[in-house]
Amino acid sequence: MFGKLSWDAIPFDQPIPMAASLGVILVIAAIGLLVLWKGWTRYLWDEWITSVDHKRLGVMYALLALVMLIRGFIDALMMRSQLAMAAGGAEGYLPPEHYNQIFSAHGTIMIFFVAMPFVIGLMNFAVPLQLGIRDVAFPVLNSVSFWLTASGVLLVNLSLVLGSFARTGWLVYPPLSELAYSPDVGVDYYLWALQISGVGTLLTGINFTTTILKLRAPGMGYGRMPIFCWTALSSNLLIVAAFPILTATFAMLLLDRYLGFHFFTTDAGGHAMMYINLIWAWGHPEVYILILPAFGVFSEVISTFSGKPLFGYRSMVAATLGICVLSFMVWLHHFFTMGSGADVNAFFGVMTMIIAVPTGVKVFNWLFTLYGGRVRFSSPLLWSLGFMCTFVIGGMTGVLLSIPPADFVLHNSLFLVAHFHNVIIGGVLFGAFAGYVYWFPKAFGFTLDERLGKAAFWCWLVGFYLAFMPLYALGLMGATRRMQHYHETGWQPLMLVAMAGALVILAGIVLTGLQLYVSIRTRAARIDRTGDPWNGRTLEWSIASPPPPWNFSVLPRVRGTDAYWGMKQAGKEAAAQEPEWQDIHLPRSTPIGVVLAFFATVAGFAMIWHIWWLAIAGIAGLTVTSLAHAWRVDNEITVPARQIAEYERRRRRR
Amino acid sequence: MSLADHLTAPVEDDEDRTPYSERGPAPIDVVAGFGFWLFLLSDIVMFSALFAAYAVLADHTAGGPDGVKLFNRGYVLIETMCLLFSSFTCGMCSLAIERRSAPATYLWAAVTFALGAAFLGLELSEFSRMIAEDAGPTRSAFLSAFFTLVGTHGLHVTLGLLWFVSMMAQVATLGFRPIVVRRLLCLTLFWHALDIVWIGVFTIVYLGARW
Repeated sequence: MFGKLSWDAIPFDQPIPMAASLGVILVIAAIGLLVLWKGWTRYLWDEWITSVDHKRLGVMYALLALVMLIRGFIDALMMRSQLAMAAGGAEGYLPPEHYNQIFSAHGTIMIFFVAMPFVIGLMNFAVPLQLGIRDVAFPVLNSVSFWLTASGVLLVNLSLVLGSFARTGWLVYPPLSELAYSPDVGVDYYLWALQISGVGTLLTGINFTTTILKLRAPGMGYGRMPIFCWTALSSNLLIVAAFPILTATFAMLLLDRYLGFHFFTTDAGGHAMMYINLIWAWGHPEVYILILPAFGVFSEVISTFSGKPLFGYRSMVAATLGICVLSFMVWLHHFFTMGSGADVNAFFGVMTMIIAVPTGVKVFNWLFTLYGGRVRFSSPLLWSLGFMCTFVIGGMTGVLLSIPPADFVLHNSLFLVAHFHNVIIGGVLFGAFAGYVYWFPKAFGFTLDERLGKAAFWCWLVGFYLAFMPLYALGLMGATRRMQHYHETGWQPLMLVAMAGALVILAGIVLTGLQLYVSIRTRAARIDRTGDPWNGRTLEWSIASPPPPWNFSVLPRVRGTDAYWGMKQAGKEAAAQEPEWQDIHLPRSTPIGVVLAFFATVAGFAMIWHIWWLAIAGIAGLTVTSLAHAWRVDNEITVPARQIAEYERRRRRR
Repeated sequence: MSLADHLTAPVEDDEDRTPYSERGPAPIDVVAGFGFWLFLLSDIVMFSALFAAYAVLADHTAGGPDGVKLFNRGYVLIETMCLLFSSFTCGMCSLAIERRSAPATYLWAAVTFALGAAFLGLELSEFSRMIAEDAGPTRSAFLSAFFTLVGTHGLHVTLGLLWFVSMMAQVATLGFRPIVVRRLLCLTLFWHALDIVWIGVFTIVYLGARW
C-alpha cells in the first residue's frame, strides 16, 4: 500500500535531523497560525500564491532563495565544525553516514535552490521593467515555473524527516548512485526533486528568451538593451540549451535505478564515465547561467553608482555572448583525471584559459566605468567592489586549475573547494545581494537600512576570506574534499580559522535578516516617493515604487542606451501634456501553477517511495489540471483607461 | 483556397516598413510561436543527449544480440512511411485550419492520428518481440540506450496523439478562436519535429547498425 514507506523511515535514533525537522515543523506551524490568526489567507492566495505578476514571482523566488540559504548554510556550519574537531584520532560529532548526506545536501541546495532561484528571481523582477514592458511572454507559465521550483525544494527538505538524502555528492556520480551501492531513497529524493524543479527552470529559460527577443519597448533595439537584459538573455539561452541534457541524464539514471537499465552500471556494458561527461555538459554552462546575470547586476550597479554610462557597452555584450558559446566547450576540465589523453586534456585546458579572456574584458570595463566617475559608496557598490577583488582571485585559481598537470595534483582537493566557493560566493552570491539591495526599493517602495547593509557586507567579505583562504592552503597540503576526519593534526589550526570564517559569515546572514526586519519596522522614515532612489539610468526607475500591476501606463519610447537617463537629461516633456490613456489588458491570476506543483510533488514523492497508485494519481492530477486549463478562455482582466488616468494624476500630485 | 492556389499565391508583402526595433512588443501569435520553437529546440537537445548515449553504448552489447541481429529494415521502413505520411496529412490539416474548415480539420487530424497510431502499434510490437526474444532493455547497455532513445520518441508520439484528441475537442467546443488556432499551430510544429527526430533515429539506429 505505501511502497517502501513505513515508520522506520523516520530517523528517531538520530537526534540532529529529528531536532532540525522538529524546528522546521514548529516554524512552519507558527507561520501558518500567524497567517490564520491575522486573517491573511485570502490576501496570500489572491495576491501572491495565484499571482502571475512577474514582480510578485520575482519576490517569491528571492524569498525562497533566502530561506534555503539558511538551510544550506546550517549544513556548511556543521561541516566546518565537524572538521574543526575531527583531527588526529578524534571522530567529531557527525558520523560518516550523516556527514555524507550533509555535504551532498549542501551542494544541491546551494546551487539548485539558492543560487538558481535568487538569480531567476532577480531576472523575473527586473527584466520586464528594464525592457519597458508589462509582463513576460508567458505569465502563467512563469507561475508554473516558480511553483515547480518550490515543489523541488519541498521534496529535498522532506528527506530530512522521511528517509535520508543522497550520500553521493551533489552530482550523484554513478556507479555509487546506482541501486547496487545506494539502495535507499536518498538518490531518488535528489533525482525527482531536481527533475521537477528542472522542468520549471527550462520553462523559465524559454519564457525569458522569448520575452527578451520578442517583447521590448518601441525603440529598444538590441544595441540599446540594458546590459542586465543581455546577460539574462545569455543565461536563458544557456538554460534552453543545457537543462534538457540534465533532464535526459537524470532520466537515464532513473531508468537504471527503477527498471534495471544499464546506462551507468558496472555490469552489462554500462558506462559510468558517460554520466560524468553528460552531467558536466550541463554543469559547466550552469556555472555561467548563474554568474552571467550576476555580471549584469554588477554592470548596472557600477554604472549607476559611478554616474556614468557603462564603459565599453559593445565589448561587454560581445564578452557575454562569447562566454555563452565558450561555456559549452570546457566541460571536460572537471575531470581531467578521467585519462582521456594529452591531446583532449590540452584542448579543454586551452579552452578553459580562453574563456577567462572575455571575463577579464568585463573586469576592465567595470574598472574603467568607475574611473573618473562620481562614485557613491552605497552598499550595492560595496558588494560590486568586493566582488571584483574576490572574483579575480577565484578566476586566477581557476586558470591555475585549467592546466591539466596542476589539476592532477589538485583534483578533488580542498583547493578546488576553495576555488569554486571563491567564484560562486564572490561572484553569484555577492551579485545576488547587490541586486537585492539595489532593486529592493523598487519592489517595496522603501530603501533598506544602509548601516546594517554595509555591516552585513563586511561580515560576508571578511568571513569569506577567513573561511576559504585556509582551504587553498589545506588543498595544497593534500587535504581532500568530502573527508569526514583526518589524521594530520597539522591541518587543524587552518580548519579552526575556516570555522571562525564561517561564524563571521553567520554574522553576515544574521545582519541581513536584521536589516530586513529593521527596514520594515522603520519603513515610514525611509519611503521613496520618487521611484528613483539611486539616480538610476534604466527604465525601471522611471516608474513608481512599487510599480503598478501594469508597470508602464504608457509604453516608453527608447531613444538610446540608458533610456531613463536620456529622458532625465532631455527633461520630462511628457509632464506638460497628458497622454491619451488606453485600457490595459493584464493576465488574470490563476491557481494552475500551485495546483500543478501540488500534483508534481505528490507524483515525485510517490515515485521516491515506490507508491505506484499514488504516482498514477499524481500524474492523472497533472493531466486533468492541464486539460481544465485548456478550456479556460477568460484569461485577461482589463484595467480601464479611467483608472490609469486617475493613478497617474495621483502619482504626479505627490 | 485549394492546395495548388496556395502554392502559387504570391508571397504577401510585409506592409509595415517600420524597423522591428521601433515596433514595440511583438503580437501574441508571433510570441507564442517563437516560444514553442524554443521548446522544440530544447526537446531536440534532450534527444541529442539520448543520441549521444546511444552512440557511445551501441557496441556495448555485453555478449547479447546486436542491432544487425535484432532490426528488420523492411519493417522499420513501413513504420517510417507511416510517420512521414502523417506529417503530410498534418500539413493538410494545417491548411484546413487556415481555411477555418472544421470538417476538413477533423478529417485530416483523424488520418494523421490513424497513421501515428499505426506507427506506434508497429513500434510496440517490435518492442514486445524483442523483449520476448530476451533482448529487453535490461539485457545490455546497448539495448538500454536503444529502448530509451526509440521509446522516448514513441512517448512523444503518444503525447502528440493525445494532444490531437484534446485539440479536436477544443475545436469542437471552443471553435477556431485565436488561442485555439495558436495551439493548433504549436501542435503541427510538434508533429513535424517528431518526424525530424525520427529521421535521426532511422538513420543512426537502424541504418547505422552494420550489416
